Amino acid sequence: MAILECKDLCFAYEGKRVLEGVNFSLNAGDYLCVVGENGSGKSTLIKGLLGLKAPEQGSITLSDGLKATEIGYLPQQTQVQRDFPASVYEVVLSGCLNSLGGRLFYTKELKQRAMENMERMGIEEIRDESYQNLSGGQQQRVLLARALCATKKLLLLDEPVTGLDPIASGEMYNLIKLINLCDNISVIMVSHDIHEAVRYATHILHLGHSQLFFGTAAEYRQSSLARRFLGGGQI
Amino acid sequence: MTALIQMFSYHFMQRALIVGVLVSLCAALLGVSLVLKRYSMIGDGLSHVGFGALAVASALNLAPLAVAVPVVVLAAILLLRLRQSAAVKGDAAIAMISSSALAIGVISLSLSTGMNTEVSSYLFGSVLSLSRGDAVFSILLSLAVIALFVLFYPRIFAVTFDENFSRATGTKAELFNTLLAVLTAITVVLGMRMMGALLISSLIIFPALSAMRICRSFKAVVLVSACISVLCFLTGLLASYFLETPTGASIVIADLLAYGICRLAGRK
Repeated sequence: MAILECKDLCFAYEGKRVLEGVNFSLNAGDYLCVVGENGSGKSTLIKGLLGLKAPEQGSITLSDGLKATEIGYLPQQTQVQRDFPASVYEVVLSGCLNSLGGRLFYTKELKQRAMENMERMGIEEIRDESYQNLSGGQQQRVLLARALCATKKLLLLDEPVTGLDPIASGEMYNLIKLINLCDNISVIMVSHDIHEAVRYATHILHLGHSQLFFGTAAEYRQSSLARRFLGGGQI
Repeated sequence: MTALIQMFSYHFMQRALIVGVLVSLCAALLGVSLVLKRYSMIGDGLSHVGFGALAVASALNLAPLAVAVPVVVLAAILLLRLRQSAAVKGDAAIAMISSSALAIGVISLSLSTGMNTEVSSYLFGSVLSLSRGDAVFSILLSLAVIALFVLFYPRIFAVTFDENFSRATGTKAELFNTLLAVLTAITVVLGMRMMGALLISSLIIFPALSAMRICRSFKAVVLVSACISVLCFLTGLLASYFLETPTGASIVIADLLAYGICRLAGRK
């Protein structure tokens, strides 16, 4: 059953189209990787899915009780965050913000949820550590735990392994796959790393100002587009 | 001890003490967010706008705070908008607005009363300048600032740490940015009578920077910077009374010393 469906989606900045003709759907449990070169419209699509940018044309339909504000989002890190004095627990807990509703403060239940997600990510032991002193891999785990606090159904990850060393990226990919399989949380990941994308994802969406490919990862491997993009078809 | 009792037997000292403690608290709370969001210069820009507004108000014989608060709040919202637009770069916009406001203030003062001690009291602050009405107004407003900060603390944290994430999860980040700017504007106006237009921004920036040297969590930074801010204010006020130094400058020096201590303590 589709939890997210995009129909004939177009995005424009100041009248200039940057992305058009996007048609895809995501079923519960899917792992979709969005690939494409820089400036191909990946970030714009992310903003659109999160409801931060209105499409110029077309529609995004969320179903199965999913709301745009209940997507667990893992944004790219900003410079500000790298030297931000906040404990791991504070950062993870802030993921529960969308469950606050009209309340002003976090309830016991929400604090419990933050604790559980820290355990899931194996970061409960560093809960009082300062976020800025963590390694890149640990920081991403913290942000992933925060994203998990915000969702039960869909994770949206924007280049989650950028800046990580090979071991940390491998761990991150495994962690994401584990969440996808064990908790049946759908994943949409934007990635530069097309080889890993094809390895872990069930579906691929290839963008280049318009939709160049959408289908399963297996189909993508066979396509001429993938061969060119992957460099001589060596998968 | 008797000297202390004597010191606070003056009404203006009592007023300065109460208003000063409250304003220091407000400045420290907001300062943490402002410094982290790279908005420190907004405090500085707003203080110059505040100077302009106070000068115009006194030239026109209007109640100073009643004029300055709305003007500076408007300027704060404008600065925030300018920061987001690409037409003028944020720091250039602040420099432009603050020097213009300073010029307007100086001209209106020189046209009305002439350049006199009043200018100096606006620029460098004076504990004598707080009237009873000002004091009541300041106490109410600063209590409101503290209350709003505490009530919206989880949201302010989220918006400070990661604007994109909080926006994606349905928090109105612009609303809280505006709230921060408005609260800062109010704090700046309240504080500048005592600290002076040229020194008020240090009240916002120093305690936050000091606390960030020694604390590891956001909550600790907020609490410690509030304590540092109040302590430095008290130290500065006492020093200025006993050593007969200007109040605003004494408080800044106390803050500078506190920063030095935190810097040393935070180095491992």
